[in-house]
Amino acid sequence: MDGEEVDAVAEARVIPLHGADREAPRRRRGAVQARPPAVVPEPADEVPEELSGEPGREPAAWERRLAELLTFARRRLQGDYEVDEFGFDPDLTDHVLMPPLRPLYEKWFRVETIGMHNVPGEGGALIVANHSGTLPLDATMTAFAMRADHPKHRHLRMLGADLVFKTSVLGALARKSGQTLACNPDAERLLGSGELVGVWPEGFKGIGKPFKDRYKLQRFGRGGFVSAALNTGVPIIPCSIVGAEEIYPKIGDIRSLARLLGLPYFPVTPFFPLLGPLGAIPLPSKWYIEFGEPIRTDVYGEHAADDPMLVFNLTDQVRETIQQTLYRLLTQRRNVFLG
Amino acid sequence: MAPKVVLVTGCSRFLGGHLAARFAANPDVDRVLGVDTEPPSRDLLRRMGRAEFVRADIRNPLIAKVIATAQVDTVVHASVTANPAGPTGRTAMKEMNVIGTMQLLAACQKSPHVRKLVVKSTSAVYGSSSRDPAVFTEDMGPKDLPSSGYAKDAVEVEGYVRGFARRRPDVDVTALRFTNFIGPRIDTVLTRYFALPVVPTVLGYDARVQLLHSEDALAVLERAALHDLPGVYNVGGDGVLMLSQAIRRAGRVNLRVPSASVPTVGRLFRGARLVDFSPDQMRFLNWGRVVDTTLLKQEFGFTPRWTTQQAFDDYVSGRALRPLIDPEVVASVERGVLDLAARFR
Repeated sequence: MDGEEVDAVAEARVIPLHGADREAPRRRRGAVQARPPAVVPEPADEVPEELSGEPGREPAAWERRLAELLTFARRRLQGDYEVDEFGFDPDLTDHVLMPPLRPLYEKWFRVETIGMHNVPGEGGALIVANHSGTLPLDATMTAFAMRADHPKHRHLRMLGADLVFKTSVLGALARKSGQTLACNPDAERLLGSGELVGVWPEGFKGIGKPFKDRYKLQRFGRGGFVSAALNTGVPIIPCSIVGAEEIYPKIGDIRSLARLLGLPYFPVTPFFPLLGPLGAIPLPSKWYIEFGEPIRTDVYGEHAADDPMLVFNLTDQVRETIQQTLYRLLTQRRNVFLG
Repeated sequence: MAPKVVLVTGCSRFLGGHLAARFAANPDVDRVLGVDTEPPSRDLLRRMGRAEFVRADIRNPLIAKVIATAQVDTVVHASVTANPAGPTGRTAMKEMNVIGTMQLLAACQKSPHVRKLVVKSTSAVYGSSSRDPAVFTEDMGPKDLPSSGYAKDAVEVEGYVRGFARRRPDVDVTALRFTNFIGPRIDTVLTRYFALPVVPTVLGYDARVQLLHSEDALAVLERAALHDLPGVYNVGGDGVLMLSQAIRRAGRVNLRVPSASVPTVGRLFRGARLVDFSPDQMRFLNWGRVVDTTLLKQEFGFTPRWTTQQAFDDYVSGRALRPLIDPEVVASVERGVLDLAARFR
């Protein structure tokens, strides 16, 4: 047990075994900036070819990193990048928005993904997940998981509430990170063009529910996401997120303040607003994100979305699947923080 | 079937004038009439060649006489404009846009020769808000009806055009909803805006901007007039630029203004006669707008030659906008830092 833990520490600092080819540059960047020699004392027998050329190549890697950074800065300065019609800026997302999430994903929440093979490598698919945690960190972590842990490193295009896009700064950032307004035209356009779309149909009812209701799924909107999937014939992938409920246990709600600020709720957690900004630090719960079996929607024919009963049934099926998976994951979990 | 007698409104402006010039250069068109309240510039007049200029106000019933006596069969209404003449030009602009269209349509309805009407509309009819879908198709409407300015004018103009199409079903009516024009030669609020050395934007917002090269706009209007393509079409270049990105591509400096002080800054710029943004254009700078052009490509049969980015770059190089920070300097700094790094190896 002890030996394993030492290994885990070493592994966290250096290069993981499974994805050495793709993880290496990203990991090394952090390592090199902090302490360049950290790369060298790696167990030699595990990644021999990585190591054999390492001492000679090390400055070159450092330089390459710098050159990359400078090119990125120049691209940004001269506006030389592509943005899609939704305002998605992959260049900015990969270089600026995603990297800070890595420590949160790997160290803080220690997110473990299950069933990643259920997410197709290409083509449109709709990921439907439960929403929780007062702040939408669950969505952010799912998007990061898709980018970092999926074999094809796909971008998850999330559908957000209109409040997000109304808010200054946040709205602009949301668009740049690939989100768009949760409405059927947008969802169908994304799915139709073969994107991976994420939706959290519980909305504010889910994310802002009191702590005592944790892991109880709320109503799944009006099933709009199902009709979008039916219209485009893409599979629905139920996604169950365990751990996000405990990051900010919402034990109260200051209604008047929420109304004043135009928010759907103003959360009170054991530490917020009591400890001020310190209370905004999420609790380090252990997370599991499980992707279930895809539910096919291309078997129902062309005008299936016009059949409300089918839409309701599919909505219920997705909701039940997620709820059952949540219960199963919860029974397997022994400790909120240790997993 | 090619038109015999074409009437173009707004021929003293860029689009109307150049469109008249294109028709004048077309041997299939017998006669080209250009209408505007003021004569075109000497240069434009020379380009217009054999096109005849008729100094008339389309708000005046006189226009009916022009259409009837010349036996006009195709009317291109290109004078609906977003650019007020000056700080007090808004009321006049609205008069011209809305009342002018009403009069023109009334005249067209009276004349039995008219069989085609092309209207230059705008994608501003979709409005601009945070609750909009990312991409507008022709069958969508605005979330909130634009309450003032050019967008409202355009909505009203389209309303009258629909009414006209109902009353004269024998006339082919084409309404073209253009995105913002850009190009080295055209003068719009946006081209003046990007030419400012310091470009003010609203802090915390970044609009998606879809542009259309002015040459593409001319080609679309020409095609609509020469062929029978009734319907409503979105017209815009492929691709999107973020407002901040466009400002960087033009080498300008982006001044981010907190939204509370936007009205003051707006007044300042209007007072200095630099740029004049109406409230709906201000909203456009917050949220932006993108339209779907599938219908244009598939049914109308036109694919813009310039993408949004290419059109913008053409504008930047055509206007010889010199970047405040020279790209050469940036490149040399980059090289310098890398050389320095190589020395530390």
